[in-house]
Amino acid sequence: MEQKQKVYLRLANGKTFAGYSFGKYGKTDGEVVFATGMTGYPESLTDPSYSGQILVFTYPLIGNYGVPAFAKDDTAKSVQDGFESGRIQVRGVIISNYSFDYSHFDAATSLGKWLEDNNIPGIYGIDTRELTKVLRTTGVMLGRITTDAVDGAMDIIDPNETNLAGEVGVKEPVIYTPKKKSTKKILLVDCGVKNNIIRNFLKRGAEVIRVPYDHDPSSSQFEFDGIFVSNGPGDPKMCKSTVENLRKSFDLGVPIFGICLGSQILGLSAGADTYKLKFGHRSQNQPCIEIGGHCYITSQNHGYAVDTKTLPAEWSEWFINNNDGTNEGVKHNTKPFFAVQFHPESSPGPNDTGWLFDMFIDSI
Amino acid sequence: MINSINKILLLGSGALKIGEAGEFDYSGSQAIKALKEEGKYVVLVNPNIATVQTDSDLADKIYLLPVNPYFVEQIIKKERPEAIMLGFGGQTALNCGLELNKLGVLKKYNVTVLGTQVDSINKTEDRELFVKELNKIKVRTPKSTAVATVKAGVKAAEEIGYPVILRAGFTLGGLGSGFANNKKEITKALQEAFSYSPQVLIEEDLRGWKEIEYEVVRDSADNCITVCNMENFDPLGVHTGESIVIAPSQTLSNAEYHQLRDISIKAIRHFKIQGECNIQFALNPKSVTDSGEFDYRVIEVNARLSRSSALASKVTGYPLAYIAAKLALGHKLTELKNSITKKTYSCFEPALDYVALKIPRWDLQKFPRVDEVIGSKMKSVGEVMAIGRSFPEVLQKAIRMLQVGKFGLVLNKSKTQTIKEDIITPTPRRLFAISRALRDGYSVDDVHKMSQIDRWFLYQIGEVDDFRKLKIDVSSLTKEFMLEAKKLGFSDKQIGVMAGVDEDEIRNKRKELGVLPVFKQIDTLAAEYPAETNYLYSTYHGEYSDIEETPVRDEKKIMILGSGPYKIGSSVEFDWCCVTTAKYLRKLGYKVIMVNYNPETVSTDYDICDKLYFEELSLERVLDIYEYEKPLGIIISMGGQIPNNLALKLHDNNVWILGTSPHSIDKCEDRNKFSSILDRLEIDQPLWQELANLNQAKKFANRISYPVLIRPSYVLSGSAMKVCHDDKSLEEYIKEHAAISKDFPVVISKFEEGAKEIEIDGVGQRGELIMYAISEHVENAGVHSGDATLAIPPQKLYFETVHQIKRITKAIVNELKITGPFNIQFLAKENKVKVIECNLRASRSFPFISKATNYNFIEYAVRSILGHDIKGDYKTLDLDHIVVKAPQFSFSRLSGADPILGVEMSSTGEVACFGESMEEAFLKSLLSTGFKLPKENILLTLGDLEDKIEFLDSAKKLNEMGYRIFATTNTHHLLKEHGIRSKHVFKINEKRSPNILHMLENKKFDLVINTQSMKHPHKAERDGYIMRRKAIDYNIPLINNMKIAVLFVNSIYKFKPDQLEIKSMDEYY
Repeated sequence: MEQKQKVYLRLANGKTFAGYSFGKYGKTDGEVVFATGMTGYPESLTDPSYSGQILVFTYPLIGNYGVPAFAKDDTAKSVQDGFESGRIQVRGVIISNYSFDYSHFDAATSLGKWLEDNNIPGIYGIDTRELTKVLRTTGVMLGRITTDAVDGAMDIIDPNETNLAGEVGVKEPVIYTPKKKSTKKILLVDCGVKNNIIRNFLKRGAEVIRVPYDHDPSSSQFEFDGIFVSNGPGDPKMCKSTVENLRKSFDLGVPIFGICLGSQILGLSAGADTYKLKFGHRSQNQPCIEIGGHCYITSQNHGYAVDTKTLPAEWSEWFINNNDGTNEGVKHNTKPFFAVQFHPESSPGPNDTGWLFDMFIDSI
Repeated sequence: MINSINKILLLGSGALKIGEAGEFDYSGSQAIKALKEEGKYVVLVNPNIATVQTDSDLADKIYLLPVNPYFVEQIIKKERPEAIMLGFGGQTALNCGLELNKLGVLKKYNVTVLGTQVDSINKTEDRELFVKELNKIKVRTPKSTAVATVKAGVKAAEEIGYPVILRAGFTLGGLGSGFANNKKEITKALQEAFSYSPQVLIEEDLRGWKEIEYEVVRDSADNCITVCNMENFDPLGVHTGESIVIAPSQTLSNAEYHQLRDISIKAIRHFKIQGECNIQFALNPKSVTDSGEFDYRVIEVNARLSRSSALASKVTGYPLAYIAAKLALGHKLTELKNSITKKTYSCFEPALDYVALKIPRWDLQKFPRVDEVIGSKMKSVGEVMAIGRSFPEVLQKAIRMLQVGKFGLVLNKSKTQTIKEDIITPTPRRLFAISRALRDGYSVDDVHKMSQIDRWFLYQIGEVDDFRKLKIDVSSLTKEFMLEAKKLGFSDKQIGVMAGVDEDEIRNKRKELGVLPVFKQIDTLAAEYPAETNYLYSTYHGEYSDIEETPVRDEKKIMILGSGPYKIGSSVEFDWCCVTTAKYLRKLGYKVIMVNYNPETVSTDYDICDKLYFEELSLERVLDIYEYEKPLGIIISMGGQIPNNLALKLHDNNVWILGTSPHSIDKCEDRNKFSSILDRLEIDQPLWQELANLNQAKKFANRISYPVLIRPSYVLSGSAMKVCHDDKSLEEYIKEHAAISKDFPVVISKFEEGAKEIEIDGVGQRGELIMYAISEHVENAGVHSGDATLAIPPQKLYFETVHQIKRITKAIVNELKITGPFNIQFLAKENKVKVIECNLRASRSFPFISKATNYNFIEYAVRSILGHDIKGDYKTLDLDHIVVKAPQFSFSRLSGADPILGVEMSSTGEVACFGESMEEAFLKSLLSTGFKLPKENILLTLGDLEDKIEFLDSAKKLNEMGYRIFATTNTHHLLKEHGIRSKHVFKINEKRSPNILHMLENKKFDLVINTQSMKHPHKAERDGYIMRRKAIDYNIPLINNMKIAVLFVNSIYKFKPDQLEIKSMDEYY
């Protein structure tokens, strides 16, 4: 038996789970959320939408195929294969079984080593199903990974009350040029964009101008043909400037596309309201029906949603969740402004809605 | 359009055979349920009487008739269904449907195919079309060439480059498929393959690639989802039915998983599948292609419910067959509710928070001379599935579930001898050889090189082996150690072996330390939504159960133990008994807990009971569940021998066994105790004795005179029982196959020749015989009762024999105070009746006698167990019809196995058909097993003079009907003496022409009738074996028993196929 170090997960409701340390042995605070996808831990852990969160994987075997070669990059200049950003975004990882030995031709290191190198604590040996049920019933809550079962007051700052999106996005503009260049240029408003969104644009020959979350397109120094508002962590209402800027951009006459947080921001810009879901959608199996069309299996990672009832008359609900009826996308009735709550870029998850990128590029 | 359809014909899959087992009872039953919910009138064709789907409370009309174009056309003509469903009865139903379409039958009677259309099915079944279609959408398939001749096949192989794979089209479970390394091998393989299929595909060899499957569902609105993906532990080269399979995939990255998923959906949309299908991939484990894609090939698509889809349903809780039936009616995924959460919808992909592992169950040791290597052909007869939250946990669980005497991966009694060979060449021993190798110092890389199995699996196995090396003693066991052991899947028994104490002591210690399993729900959504159903498994990877412990005994709750894996001797019939029990108990208002782990069954459908524990049928786990649930008691008499064997041990652990007392069961199971009871009751039995050395054995055999039946208590190799005709064969058998010593005695009993075998199935209550049914074997004693052809009511019994059987039965029922089902087997010769076996549980013939007599014996047994008054007058001897049950053999799948009938069972399934006469019912049954009636040439090779004489009359009839008889010298002369025409052919060893061997290989015979010599079993044994085997390998019908041969000739003499009546089951009652 390996030398195991006991660590604990303390939840805001007073409940404690005990497990063993992997990754960095230490303490971390965050919002505890669960994700039910069965593959893609390197992608999820580097997804900026998880910024500020301690992620519970409901799938019990994690680490099986290791982690590909990774170079930490806070400049966001590189778009590394296999990762969704230049650093690990979660504050902690909670799993049931950790696979100490991994196997994959593409792996360079183990998950544990990778977390350790990046100072991220992990716990294994947790009854993740029970924990998920707690989060499902009580709702997501703040929590702490700690080396001591009792370590003082749970004085955790709610990451949702900070401007997470502002923190994870680029501070300075970055320009990405595609291999096969077209004439199209996209202004990407970065609230914590995933690499695969950038890859999807580049793949389609568009140049991507990645700007900070508070960049105002209507007074931008860049030329562009379309605006994209990215995914990102936290409460959309914290992104006040982005909402304002976007509202101003409605008059620029260029197509606007949003994903996830971007969809909520677009909804707020349009005049609708958003609200917090009890435990969010963080999975790769969410069925979304395009009103009047197909049902798609989508990858999702969000805790907030647009309140459909509050959509102004010139806007419509575009996609709806087949399971719980929540909003999965909005669009303008006449203008090329549209957004989806799910992740068409997937990674991790199914690629069924990649056509939305085509639709956006074609609308330019 | 769909709403206008009312009457639907559903094709079943017939008897269980290798490659097509009980999973189709599951899919058919689910389909019927789905259709009945919509108010449709369902007509079912399936001769498998032991299935749940042929119960009268499901379909509206049930035809126990062959699933072949002729009979199905007759049924269509009579019933005039508006639509037909082809996807729920395996390859048998699919092929039959394709044939009906080709013959124009569907068009003629205006029958619409529901679900995936024939055109699409053809594109997935015809290998050449398949490849062409996938090329169109740029989906990669293995380099391959379809050939129709041996010559073309050899050429193609040379172009692709050796080694190559052969695949025969239009067959199930990879029949006629194999590998070839050179010209000589491919020539032989092609010759064999062409006897099954007009077309063979030669493909590039991708051995060592990962094998991955996806289950895909698509509806009429083109919504398309993948419900489950699965990864084979064994890389490509081992048929997926022969592989250990884990769900979901374990070694695939997100990009790999979704690349294959994307291709699945693309392909399935292209093929316009409507309903469910399965797609299999090979994935290069080492690299990506230049375009950045992972290198893959699509191996095949099954446009129907399959073994994999049954497994996927049980893995995920997503009811694939039920949904597929609804989709065939035109429903959309987005409007069908998820039957587990009852809140969400069916258009989603289940998220698992556990893993499920399947291991095939082989029974190769039952078949003398069989080739043990597992590869691209299916040889397994069943499978088990274990659910848990780590790989070691499910692996060790699954190994125990196989019920092959293993305590888990490690700490077993038998030791692997040939580690290297067993890792390189896959056999059922491979897994254990890997474990042993890792323990003996081989590295994971070494084992990977030899087996190509992904290192991740090997590391996981290594964890178990590392733990097993720990030295422990019981007094120092800590909670942490115990928990670690349990998380790695160690049973109390294994820990006991490590600590040198017995299972009970570990159990007590474990409970004392507070180490208990938790029970978790399978909910399709990884706890995202609450589940409304109780589909449960146990795990030690958790602190909390999803369901609450029952605080006090619940008098209205009953636990049923299922039958475990399908294997030779225990098959779908026990599942029928368990399901019938569950359904009936619920009807009576009881809450039912089912424990079983066979993914191919109906009993593991979570909607047939209140709580389904997909769990081990071990003392440890049954006690865990019993203590947690606190039911009134456990019914152990429905699931065959596995639960039966637990009776006394459970009883000793304060479990209330409902029905006959476990002490009575013990008296029955213990040969000595039972024998002395028979002696005391003055009931005759064959002479027998237990012997501890060879000399005594020979002495006893001579005293009771040969032939004798020998049963070793420890078998080294080969089958367990054997008939020996002289000292020489007795000595040989013991030396080669069995141990003999004080610790391992052998039992020798008199083998009665020329005796009839009779069975009684019945229900007793507190020692009183309540009801019974007598069935008669067509074959004489010496053929295992599971391989025998049975007729009910008996046709050839003396009144006096029946009288004696009843008297004996009453005496035994009274003596053992039987309450519930039982079965007794008798030998009868010249009005003398001997008891050979007694089982205080439902037997495999319960569904047969229940449907034949229209008294559901299981329901009566349940009422008897519950203490209801069920005394009455049950007429089972005087029926207006005859029902004949015939065995289904799968010798064609078991290359090398000798297709003979003997004391060891070798059939894999059975069918039964009704008729007005013995001959009619028999002929229908025989045809139901896929038997093809001879057109012209029949080869006769009959062992003893007695056989030859017995067959004379039949030979005359064959002459009369215009058949050409071919016979070897002695038979030829005897026939000639009696004025019967036959053509003389030479035996194989005579090496002269016209020679039997040559004629077999050129398929000159339409039927081979061969009986072995009982007098001189060694004489011409090799010749006989080669002949029988060739008949099987070249797909020539074989009759290997004299009684059957005579009955067969009588039957075809009396009935032409078109004279067989097309009547549904209810029309006979």
